[in-house]
Amino acid sequence: MRIKSALAAAVVVALAAGCGGGGDGGSSSAPDEPVKLDFLSLAWQKESVAANKQLVEEWNKANPNIQVTYVQGSWDNVNDQLVTSFEGGDAPDVIHDDSPALSGFATKGYLLELKDKLPAELKSDIPQSAWDTVTFDDGKGAKGVYGVPFLQESTVIIANKKLLDAAKVRMPTPAEPWTWDEFATIGKKLTKGDTYGVAWPMKSPVNKTLNLALNFGGTFFQTGADGKTTVKVGPQEKEVLQRIHDQLYKDKSADTSALGMGTADPLPGFFADKYAMLPVGVYLRQQVAEQAPDDFEWVTLPPLKGTGSEQGAVSQTLSVAADSEHPDEALKFISFFLNGPNQAKLAKGDWLLPTSQQAAADPAITTEENGWDVATASAKNLVVAPFLKVNGFDEWKSKVATPALQEYFANKISIDEVAKKLVEDGNEVLERYQR
Amino acid sequence: MRRISQYVALLAYMVFLAFPLVWLLSTSLKTPQEMAGLDPTWIPAEPTLANFADAFGEQDLVGAGARSLVVALASALLTVTVALPASYALARYRGTLKQVALGWVLVSQVFPFILIIIPLFMVLRQLNLTNTLVGLVVVHVTFTLPFALWMLQGYVRSVPRELEEAAAVDGAGRMRAIVSVVAPLLAPGVVATLLFSFISSWNEFLFALVVLKDPDVMTLPLTLVRFTGPEGVSRLGPLAAASLMATIPSLIFFAIIQRRLRSGLMAGAVKG
Repeated sequence: MRIKSALAAAVVVALAAGCGGGGDGGSSSAPDEPVKLDFLSLAWQKESVAANKQLVEEWNKANPNIQVTYVQGSWDNVNDQLVTSFEGGDAPDVIHDDSPALSGFATKGYLLELKDKLPAELKSDIPQSAWDTVTFDDGKGAKGVYGVPFLQESTVIIANKKLLDAAKVRMPTPAEPWTWDEFATIGKKLTKGDTYGVAWPMKSPVNKTLNLALNFGGTFFQTGADGKTTVKVGPQEKEVLQRIHDQLYKDKSADTSALGMGTADPLPGFFADKYAMLPVGVYLRQQVAEQAPDDFEWVTLPPLKGTGSEQGAVSQTLSVAADSEHPDEALKFISFFLNGPNQAKLAKGDWLLPTSQQAAADPAITTEENGWDVATASAKNLVVAPFLKVNGFDEWKSKVATPALQEYFANKISIDEVAKKLVEDGNEVLERYQR
Repeated sequence: MRRISQYVALLAYMVFLAFPLVWLLSTSLKTPQEMAGLDPTWIPAEPTLANFADAFGEQDLVGAGARSLVVALASALLTVTVALPASYALARYRGTLKQVALGWVLVSQVFPFILIIIPLFMVLRQLNLTNTLVGLVVVHVTFTLPFALWMLQGYVRSVPRELEEAAAVDGAGRMRAIVSVVAPLLAPGVVATLLFSFISSWNEFLFALVVLKDPDVMTLPLTLVRFTGPEGVSRLGPLAAASLMATIPSLIFFAIIQRRLRSGLMAGAVKG
């Protein structure tokens, strides 16, 4: 009987809570009420969430007429969430996402075009190479800017300092980084007993290899005179693939058992001296700093150099929903949120690189501690990832490139076979997007 | 000997079932350094409550848990309330409508959720039910109902029709026969359906993600996912601590209700 009463009470509470909870209020406000903006943020690391919340709080205190609600989302599900809310006309006013996602949203008219609406100070503080990552076709033939880029990632090398010192290798600097040849030689030198020189976590190999391929000028995509984009895998594109493969099977300086790992999975082996070096994104420094044993010494080394040091990059972005009832206020908030000092706080919280040039000079992210100086210096090598504007890239990546690269790195197919798969199967996919 | 092997098999099954929960407990008490050790340990070397402090300090786990509990209880009760009479009708009455209804129940199960999520969102928006727990309860009931109906009508079928006929011979009307004869025999089925509906709603993520918007209406699965980042990277310690806490209400619900499940089963056995 008591259970029945409790359950009945729960139904009543549920209905009452539901009726009182949120409703369809969204961003509409009465004339004398403050404007309300929803800000969907994807920050997830402790310091980053704290920085986001602090900035929203500062804004709300300074702008009683424009109140921002901080809503925390998650990277894994944000696109399902956004597509539904865009279609339903109930999207958050300010949206945190990454530049590859913006392309599709821009074409469908979900996002506000910002080119002529951005304040000059914000525009000039962020370099053109970063703006390129958020400039897309609007679906009607014109180009537009659909977000403000604010955080980027480069691939650096996180290394075990004790093992490097013992091997007496040259310590690279941003001015004189290791070349891929040196990296291969040092990898071999560090491979001793149970220790491998390198671990390449390749659970998701596509973006990593495509971004690094730019070291040798490899772009993987070309656009012909007819405007059609096709896949190309020539000597430049093959270079990085072959070099990683050589470390795995020729030099045997990279552990094949790490191939199936996600980005953070090799860390236990790294801390246990099983791997001496990890070529990973700069954000992984946070996990290393948090999880490394107290007596473990590690260093961040600059990106490798091939024929050049360029790496492909995408950006984390803030955009405004096209359906937002308060786009001007949303832009004002973005301009505040992404000014130089604030970008420095956000970059520090997420262990990523700010696009703001003012932020990049902030002492908080140029200190030697935790490799910030090297990480921040690596931003100069970032250029827009060639795959960013390829229609059909996502399908090419999941259906063609991921399985083909995994087979290649598992030594099941040759470099020519993987190239053939990437091109022939890939062009079939891209063709459908360009009819 | 046979009994010993049965106990060994039972023990192995218990270990298999308990493993995720015990591992979750162990992980929630470990420091980040210990979690990143190459050799996993069952018992934390330096147990810490820091993960629980982080989980509760950073997210409104108690509020989200309370909202999840309310949604799950309401969904489970409403599902059973609607499914019980409907399943009786499906099991006992004959006719074309019954066949069509059963067919529709099956067909409704083959639609991928992702296909109908946008139309559903738009319907809820028209009804002013987006961003409300009532809206989420409506969605959960709608999606749990077909399977609950299927489950319950199987239980109704297993109650011999002759028992109702015997009650009728003794002078009971149809309603009286249902309440006094059929309903007690259906107890295990009702409890099993309640459990199924409760757990479905308690764990449900995708609909909650698209229906709920404001932080003060979000349920527990939406709160737990905030400890995860891109490419499968997550804050394992706080996530384990929060997930452990998230399992407790459903364990309590099961502990309370499972006695009914057993007593219902026994009652059915004796009377059947």
